[in-house]
Amino acid sequence: MSAPAAVNTKTVAVLAQFATADQLLSAARAIRDAGYTHWDCHTPFPLHGLDRAMGIRRTKLPWLVLGGGLLGLLTALLMQLWMNGVSYPLVISDKPIFSVPANIPIAFELTVLFSAFGAFFGMLALNNLPLHYHPLYNNPEFRRATNDGFFISIEAKDERFDPSATIQLLNSLGARTVQNVEEME
Amino acid sequence: MTTANTQTSAREMIARPPLVLGAHTHATVTDKICGLVEQRKTPLAWWIAFAISASLATLLGALIVYLISTGIGIWGLCIPVGWGFDITNFVFWVGIGHAGTLISAILFLFRQKWRTSINRAAEAMTIFAVICAGVFPGIHVGRVWFAYWLFPIPNQMNVWPQFRSPLIWDVFAVGSYFTVSLLFWYMGMIPDLASLRDRAVNKIRFWAYGLLALGWRSSQRHWHRYEMAYLLLAALATPLVLSVHSVVSMDFATSVLPGWHTTIFPPYFVAGAIFSGFAMVVTLLAPSRRFFGLQDFITDRHLENMNKIILATGSMVGYAYMIEYFTAWYSGNLFERFTFLNRAMGPFMWAYWTMVTCNVLVPQFFWFKKIRTSFYPMMIVCLLVNVGMWFERFVIIVTSLSRDYLPSSWGSYRPTWVEIGMLAGSFGLFMTLFLLFIRFLPFMAMAEVKAVITDAEHGHYSIDTGAGLTGYVEHPGGAA
Repeated sequence: MSAPAAVNTKTVAVLAQFATADQLLSAARAIRDAGYTHWDCHTPFPLHGLDRAMGIRRTKLPWLVLGGGLLGLLTALLMQLWMNGVSYPLVISDKPIFSVPANIPIAFELTVLFSAFGAFFGMLALNNLPLHYHPLYNNPEFRRATNDGFFISIEAKDERFDPSATIQLLNSLGARTVQNVEEME
Repeated sequence: MTTANTQTSAREMIARPPLVLGAHTHATVTDKICGLVEQRKTPLAWWIAFAISASLATLLGALIVYLISTGIGIWGLCIPVGWGFDITNFVFWVGIGHAGTLISAILFLFRQKWRTSINRAAEAMTIFAVICAGVFPGIHVGRVWFAYWLFPIPNQMNVWPQFRSPLIWDVFAVGSYFTVSLLFWYMGMIPDLASLRDRAVNKIRFWAYGLLALGWRSSQRHWHRYEMAYLLLAALATPLVLSVHSVVSMDFATSVLPGWHTTIFPPYFVAGAIFSGFAMVVTLLAPSRRFFGLQDFITDRHLENMNKIILATGSMVGYAYMIEYFTAWYSGNLFERFTFLNRAMGPFMWAYWTMVTCNVLVPQFFWFKKIRTSFYPMMIVCLLVNVGMWFERFVIIVTSLSRDYLPSSWGSYRPTWVEIGMLAGSFGLFMTLFLLFIRFLPFMAMAEVKAVITDAEHGHYSIDTGAGLTGYVEHPGGAA
């Protein structure tokens, strides 16, 4: 989407489209080896092997999930102890005020629930989502990334970014098209 | 393709059929699935189905108003039969939901890739079934305006819920189950909602799907965390789903009523839940795939696999019925023995034998491949299984309550028209939600189907998808 001439635009990234998944894979390896850091691949589905090709480090999401689970477990046990044992002690059939076996089902459920919150909201937070605007969508071609397009985007803020050399590199890697992504200043 | 075929013909003879049939590319998958949502004209059949279901759902709403304004005297409940259609419906609907989680989570962990084209619809079914289930415990409490006593929130008496009660466990189990299922379903849908957003032709669509897609831009760095989150959610949902019907069964098993007070209940309920849930999945998907022409994605193999699971779990349920009788006899407990004789020969023997016929005998027809793979026979079997599983809960609840220890306190139970209307209305609510889902949300996990097609291109499955992906020849015919 070319901006009106009166408005100043600046190039924030270059976007290269590749014809096939395996071309994207080998191009990703080359970009990684060229030392770029602020770049990304966009594929309609998670492409196996691309994580390694891009050199993505394993996410720390599992730790967030573990934290969520422990928090859920603790919440459940303390809630049951405090509500039935401290705040308003309920004596039922002369059973102990606080007995772990009777509290296991709820402890289990809340452990799972809070872990799931950790997985879902943790994933969104680490991915910086929800995001209402991203300059890549200024390029209409980019919409194919959720359909059948395989893209590499390299951001202009990358240290190694060079308006002509980066485009040349992407072209040499077999990109079908390489376009600038503009943003209004 | 031709050379590959001649080389691997022997391999193909014993190979499993491909997961996706036809010459599908990534783009045709998007077109097909998004097309279901984007088509301008809603099919007439959809309107007819929606009119019927929405009317029944309205009936449910009207009857709930009648119930709340009048009191549960309009139901046929009495002392000793304090639970009837209400809790039967609750247990039935919660059970239906289990197949969705089994398909989406357990089959995912077992790397059963055939789940990819059915998991979305099955998870939707889970959520709608749990919504239907949630209606009944909510309204059966009598004074609905005190239903918040079920939750650990401060109230005017300063008393908290009694956490040793399985009824409270139920609130937490079903509540967690609903929430986790919803998160799992929604998260799976985010990439597909982004596909719909990026194809949007008008503002409303763009905004609606854009809001729901949360700004997803198919980034591989995002996919990396997304896949991890999906795997972890699957791993969390698996023990959760097994716990839910176990906890539901403890509503019964922790009581001292003959026929309820038994340790076999948790596994027996879970097997029954998966059994009935799969029957409902087939009941929904077999007609949907015909109507929308999705045979390339939901193949005969999918339906056959599900029917095999129905056969297996149906046999487990039959085994549980036998063990219940054995335990009753072997226990030497007169009341237990009487309860089970009463089930088979007492006033509700018609319900008992309906249950045995539908749940144990009818699924045995699935030993025949012809029946597993033909539309009408499989629909008949699955509908009967649903009937049978509803009756299972009815038999457990009503026979045990109506005949407990003291003959002087025996009673009977007869549903009123209100209860029958509510049962029909819950089906209406379920179908209404499912029809709305079909019309407005992606019916199939497009991103996952595309990944499966690409895997096939890697040579895992010897099919030609025409996707134009080459370069994976280093693994011709590779590992299965």
